[in-house]
Amino acid sequence: MSPAIVGTAAMITAVVVTATAGDILTASAMRQVGDLDVIRQRSGIVGAAVAVVTNGRFGVGVICLALSFFSLLFAFSHRDLSLIGPAATSLTFVTNALAAKFFLRENVDHRRWTAAIFVCIGVALLAF
Amino acid sequence: MRVARSTMTFQRYLVLAVITVTASCGDTFLARGMKSMGPVSLAHPAELIHAIFSPWVAMGIVLLIGFFASYLTALSWADLTYVLPASSLGYVIMTLLAKFWLGERVSPMRWLGVVFITAGVGFVTRGPSYTDHSAGEPANGQSEVEAAEEVRQ
Repeated sequence: MSPAIVGTAAMITAVVVTATAGDILTASAMRQVGDLDVIRQRSGIVGAAVAVVTNGRFGVGVICLALSFFSLLFAFSHRDLSLIGPAATSLTFVTNALAAKFFLRENVDHRRWTAAIFVCIGVALLAF
Repeated sequence: MRVARSTMTFQRYLVLAVITVTASCGDTFLARGMKSMGPVSLAHPAELIHAIFSPWVAMGIVLLIGFFASYLTALSWADLTYVLPASSLGYVIMTLLAKFWLGERVSPMRWLGVVFITAGVGFVTRGPSYTDHSAGEPANGQSEVEAAEEVRQ
């Protein structure tokens, strides 16, 4: 396998792993925080914002999302936007579904798998 | 015990619509602003700071802040595997904006991609939106297996 292909795969993997970790951690943080509509009714919009930003998982999730953004920018500076963008975004839909099933214990049924795969194929086709 | 249920109301569908519109318009505004600025060299990162104050980029950033706030709100009452596909109609809006506002050419394969995304959104939004881990949880601290045994007896 040529070094160029290995490099491209490594860059896409870095974007997908950090984006998935960021999404799972922020989703997990919002589960811990609870329904924001209820918190906003009880403590106002400032109370809701404080509940979110003081959550540890949310902080780590945002750091992962920032790392994902910078790895995406790094990848764009080395490879074509039309390759990296759709590949990373579409793969993230599938890895998020897998990670949500195992880490968040979400009920990922046939309907959700079909949706994730359809959106993944659709985003990949947007590159053409 | 995990129970999948729908937590969606009209107001919550509106939040999903806000996610979709702010994400796609935010990205398109950023692209429009950066295109009008020309290429930014990594040797002059200060140009990126200057870009923030251009009207299109500033509006794009405001929209993306709105996107993140509504995305977090949605994650507090719906599953990640529901919110992500349900809000992916943004790619469809971005394609339509690229075609009709930025005047870009959209190939038949991209239109096919739009069809796939729309179908995926249709699948997920017709199902339950939230996995409730606390539903049916035994109150006296016994495990799910113990609770199931009790029901069987």
